[in-house]
Amino acid sequence: MASPATARAPSISHLLKYKNGIHYDATGLTPLNSKATAAWKTQKRTTKFVAAVMAPPQPQQRSPASTGSVKHAMTMTEKILARAAEKSQVNPGENVWVKVDNLMTHDVCGPGTIGIFKKEFGSQAKVWDREKIVIIPDHYIFTSDERANRNVDIIRDFALEQNIKYFYDITDRSDFRANPDYKGVCHIALAQEGHCRPGEVLFGTDSHTCNAGAFGQFASGIGNTDAGFIMGTGKLLIKVPATLRFVMDGEMPHFLLAKDLILQIIGEITVSGGTYRAMEFSGSTVKSLTMEDRMTLCNMVVEAGGKNGVVAADQTTFDYLEGKTSSSFEALYSDEAARYLQEYRFDVSKLEPLVAKPHSPDNRALARECRHIKIDRVYIGSCTGGKTEDFMAAAKILISAGQKVKVPTFLVPATQKVWMDLYTLPVPGGNGKTCAQIFEEAGCDTPASPNCGACLGGPRDTYARMNVPQVCVSTTNRNFPGRMGHKEGQIYLASPYTAAASALTGFVTDPRDFL
Amino acid sequence: MTTAAINAMKSLSVSTNLMHFPAKTSSKLALPQTQQISRQSLHKNVLNFHLSTPRNNRISTYSVPNPPRAVASQSYDALTEPNKKIFHGKCFVVDDNIDTDQIIPAEYLTLVPSKPDEYEKLGSYAMIGLNAKYGRFIEDDQIKTQYPIVIAGANFGCGSSREHAPVALGAAGVKAVVAEYYARIFFRNSVATGEIYPLESECRVCDECKTGDIVTVEIEGNKLINHTTGKEYVLKPIGDAGPVIDAGGIFEYARRTGMIAAPSS
Repeated sequence: MASPATARAPSISHLLKYKNGIHYDATGLTPLNSKATAAWKTQKRTTKFVAAVMAPPQPQQRSPASTGSVKHAMTMTEKILARAAEKSQVNPGENVWVKVDNLMTHDVCGPGTIGIFKKEFGSQAKVWDREKIVIIPDHYIFTSDERANRNVDIIRDFALEQNIKYFYDITDRSDFRANPDYKGVCHIALAQEGHCRPGEVLFGTDSHTCNAGAFGQFASGIGNTDAGFIMGTGKLLIKVPATLRFVMDGEMPHFLLAKDLILQIIGEITVSGGTYRAMEFSGSTVKSLTMEDRMTLCNMVVEAGGKNGVVAADQTTFDYLEGKTSSSFEALYSDEAARYLQEYRFDVSKLEPLVAKPHSPDNRALARECRHIKIDRVYIGSCTGGKTEDFMAAAKILISAGQKVKVPTFLVPATQKVWMDLYTLPVPGGNGKTCAQIFEEAGCDTPASPNCGACLGGPRDTYARMNVPQVCVSTTNRNFPGRMGHKEGQIYLASPYTAAASALTGFVTDPRDFL
Repeated sequence: MTTAAINAMKSLSVSTNLMHFPAKTSSKLALPQTQQISRQSLHKNVLNFHLSTPRNNRISTYSVPNPPRAVASQSYDALTEPNKKIFHGKCFVVDDNIDTDQIIPAEYLTLVPSKPDEYEKLGSYAMIGLNAKYGRFIEDDQIKTQYPIVIAGANFGCGSSREHAPVALGAAGVKAVVAEYYARIFFRNSVATGEIYPLESECRVCDECKTGDIVTVEIEGNKLINHTTGKEYVLKPIGDAGPVIDAGGIFEYARRTGMIAAPSS
């Protein structure tokens, strides 16, 4: 019979191959729906042979699992994609066209995406939906680099031309507070502005778009070309990922944070263990996590190669969204009988604070086994570790210690809102002091303007960029060579607790020393 | 046809309502009414594109495997140079987990790839983030590389979603990468931009080749020949990603297959 490589006349009948009584798909290699073909074969047989006399078939009371409903059991990710593709069911490995609910871009990839959009759809083309594109300048903002500044101008021009509803502009770089629309780091801004909603499909021109999976939605990072395509059509062709399930149970030890959990997982499955997979987090511990914790978990899914991360939406999610969004949404949940590619179980009560040593996010080690590592600086910031709760955690360690930090400690709040929180919210156990006060007393640098900052190095004049080879403990997400600037810089990824503890001693330090 | 076959066929086609443009806009996006879902991919990295074009009110479906081609794409066949998919030259060898920060460090991301002069500049910085042990990918006074083929280990292109990574490689003059396997966003971006062919090897070719070896990569023949060592390696078929890259990326492919119209101005 015809092999896939043979020329095929364009006709439907050649969609399927039929040989030896079995229907195959177009490749001729994979049998279709073996249950159906088996049933067909059975039917064929009974017409030929005389069967024994039987009572007429009774309607049987079968539990859903055995009525064939199993084949419709889907994971949360599969369900979200099925709905977005307007199909009743999808299977891992299938390529589907999904309707996009939101497209996000920023100052680094926005200009390229816009360039492609205009080139491919025409200079007069209009975007598919001016309310579904969110443009957030955040990467290279507080710099004198001309091209970086020009890039913000490019996205502004486009936002005006297309009348984009959500464009968080910044025009006065000398004072971020003078810009009422400016937010800061895109992933945290998306969450804080109510753009992340359960059950929806979000794509962003940034790998950490998976951060939004914390809200029970499908969120994944794409490149400029794919984004340009979405800009014009509102759709994207994607492959449905199989799901890896991470079940975390047990009471969260008081010295552990969500960052430790995700470092544990990445260390477990390696930087490519999640490639083309959805990573679903469940279990009692996950349910007890706050939204910011859940974001930290999902944020680093891409560091394991993951396509997206998800946490089921629950009351915590709905409470967070209260007042942030007026759009309606419908959360979707994994079926009981859904099939997972692999399941990993963790007893969280047995875990200890971790670091990811240079130069890979999966280079996992116990923080306490690295206490001989002398460090030169500490960086607390980014979408991964620059949220309000991250700074609260760091402040808690500093209060506990009552000492000054021994190395330069850089603080870069993710968004304007986080910055405000640092200066207004009292830290629990801090006698009414705010984070900002505690940081100042401990000798940390003054909290900087909210943006992505030195997490990814950036232009040379970026605040806290590592321009000489140094050792840094950081709450960020990657530590590949050159990530924060200098190729020979050594970055230890850690939780805010571990980062603050390390700042106090000048060595990589387990936070239990101060808790 | 049996019920099973009809049902299977129904599940294979997807109707998409892609025409959501108000009459006044000038963007002419003529997407077809139905698209066929791809067949099972032979390996996880294949990006399957199956497109149907309504012609004469008949839904004709075709896949575009490596030649011979189906009828509908014959006009495209004539445009392809016969030797377009054989690449020959020196190879540059790296190993595992080469991430996007090494391929194109973040400080160069201010260059906008859709601007031609900045595209060239981006290329000149390709692989500049690599450890010195690998050697120079592009000489100091050059903007193009002398290595049209990159050979890598596992998880090539991991890290960021920055499309600048495969674009920088392509702009620098790389034609194909042969890796053990890829990170998904990098692979996807390579195909969508059509900048480089991201090929996968059956074994760890990076362990047996050295930078500077003269190699030939045959896309259609699914092989890599190292002339310096005399060894030949089998490559996994590029599959459906091939025609997309041949065409020059997803948009060009979509236009050639009638999926979208040419730009309106």
